[in-house]
Amino acid sequence: MSLRGRAAGEQPASPVEVVSDSDLGRLVMVVIQALRAAGAAVGLAGEDLDRSVAATLAFLRRRIDGDYTIDEFGFDDDLTEHLALPLLRPLFRAWFRVEVRGIDNIPDSGGALIVANHSGTIALDSVMTQVAVHDLHPRHRHLRMLAADLVFASPVLGPLARKTGSTLATQSDAERLLRAGHLVGVWPEGFKGVGKLYRDRYRLQRFGRGGFVASAMQAQVPIIPCSIVGGEETYPMLGNASVLARMLGLPYFPLTPTFPWLGPLGLVPLPSKWIIEFGTPLPSTGGEEQAADDPAVVFEITDRVRETIQHTVYDLLRARRTTFF
Amino acid sequence: MSRGRAPSPRVVLVTGVARDLAGRVVRRLCDDPTIEVVIGVDLVAPAHPMGRGEFVRADIRSPMVARLLAQSEVDTVVHMGVIATPRDAGSRVAQKDINVLGTMQLLAGVQRVPTMRRLVVKSTAGVYGSSPRDPAVFTEDMPAKVMPRSGFARDSMEVESYVRSLSRRRPDIDISTLRMANVVGPSIRTVLTDYFSMPVLPVPWGQDGRLQFLHEDDAVAAMVQATRGPTVGTCNVAGDGVLALSQAVRLAGRPWVPVLPVASGSVQWAVRRAGWAALPSDHLSMLAFGRVIDTARMRSGLGFTPAYSTRTAFESFLAARRGQDRPEQHLELGVG
Repeated sequence: MSLRGRAAGEQPASPVEVVSDSDLGRLVMVVIQALRAAGAAVGLAGEDLDRSVAATLAFLRRRIDGDYTIDEFGFDDDLTEHLALPLLRPLFRAWFRVEVRGIDNIPDSGGALIVANHSGTIALDSVMTQVAVHDLHPRHRHLRMLAADLVFASPVLGPLARKTGSTLATQSDAERLLRAGHLVGVWPEGFKGVGKLYRDRYRLQRFGRGGFVASAMQAQVPIIPCSIVGGEETYPMLGNASVLARMLGLPYFPLTPTFPWLGPLGLVPLPSKWIIEFGTPLPSTGGEEQAADDPAVVFEITDRVRETIQHTVYDLLRARRTTFF
Repeated sequence: MSRGRAPSPRVVLVTGVARDLAGRVVRRLCDDPTIEVVIGVDLVAPAHPMGRGEFVRADIRSPMVARLLAQSEVDTVVHMGVIATPRDAGSRVAQKDINVLGTMQLLAGVQRVPTMRRLVVKSTAGVYGSSPRDPAVFTEDMPAKVMPRSGFARDSMEVESYVRSLSRRRPDIDISTLRMANVVGPSIRTVLTDYFSMPVLPVPWGQDGRLQFLHEDDAVAAMVQATRGPTVGTCNVAGDGVLALSQAVRLAGRPWVPVLPVASGSVQWAVRRAGWAALPSDHLSMLAFGRVIDTARMRSGLGFTPAYSTRTAFESFLAARRGQDRPEQHLELGVG
């Protein structure tokens, strides 16, 4: 249900014009009634409701006809705008009450690499960052996220991740996106970050080999450090059932206060208060052409980015008045 | 990267002419007045006319082809004799025989003939394989992350390695290897067109691969451009744009049924038994993860721009399948 009604340029067809005696016509009428009821239930009325229903119908028609485009990475703009983001928005606004700072540090156009800390057992922080950038940036830019190959091997999650803009965390993909002028988000802590125990919260893990920094330098785009606070408390990981994890082929099997004891209810994240701050961009240009191949330079920049994110995380933790409410 | 122009072809030999694409390449080459002689070679006589091209019935697995190359003073060989489906050859053993041994003999002949100046090989993007660990877009210098299992792709990898060793032994021969995306169109019959013509489509559950197509007219035009135009070494050839498998299935308008990965082998066997399509063993995993190739070198190095995008190529196949007319096509070749 497209709550924002952002179907630009779409002529809203009045639902009453769809009058048909055929089975298909009756089915369409039923769908329309259901959408109107759902829209009314969330508080839409009058023209807003009509526009939302029309936009949703148009979206469904596009899906059925295959009348949408995906880019070479598999990114489905239509699906992300009209299905994924609207579903994530209530989580962003009401459940986590995300406060975003420093959004002007993200350029209006052209490539940039956003580097953030990773937490939360499942990667909710990456989708929350995606919503933050899309909704709050004046140009409503899409954040393309680099994810581990385990994501793409998983059924259902794999294609969904691709369609909402994620791609494999390899240098070739990162460089390709950056050179094409996209905003790319990377969480270099990887599984070590999401899988850390609650008692180690907000202590950044190692940043790996710094391949993402090399990609940004090759593509000559700025690096924007991003600090995310609130992710650690969503699923506080008290322990790791490593034997079970190995059996299932997972990097870790989290044991939280609610999972796996409460079953599917344990998948509901705790409503922590989130703050996402985008820091001052580090330009990766200004060095020589070969600097991207120089490991010393790459490590130095990687360390600087990591320290910036760590300090900002501690500052935000102090500034955050409450953890949950 | 374009290594510049070899001298214009005068005597061209094309293999695999009994089949549609190679036959059309022969006719296009015959239209070029600067090419004096066009020879087509295959095991069986082609059903379609060859223009002014001469047909020679020969088995490229035999040394007769080397004699033919020397006698006719061939300076350009266009190798399109690598067979994609066992159906065309009779069996997998025969397919591998024709593909691998045939290529070896052909290249051995090419190596010995002093008049040879240029070799163009039709290969496939299948050599990149298809897995969840693949980069989103393959460029020509990237190897496959997971080796392909299907016979055609593996045969093409062997063919490419023989071509590479030929290039080391005869550095004076200019070689272009075109890795083509899945070819579709109104008349061509391939594994993929058979798949989309099935009454019910088995679709891998929980995955949705990205597909890229090349229209059959563009496949012919690309081979002709590689024969007459600049040399490019290894070059990906595909139409613009990408279709998700789910989109393609919806555009095809066929009912579909999800298949769990553990069941894919049995489903493929059942489909083959029912005679619907000869699906290679990794067909469903290719559809699950897809594959996209980068075409920058095709445009800048080969100077070729396809007339059909992935979507319009697929739609032209669907339209012909529904019995409608083939759309008009105007080819604009770039650097010629």
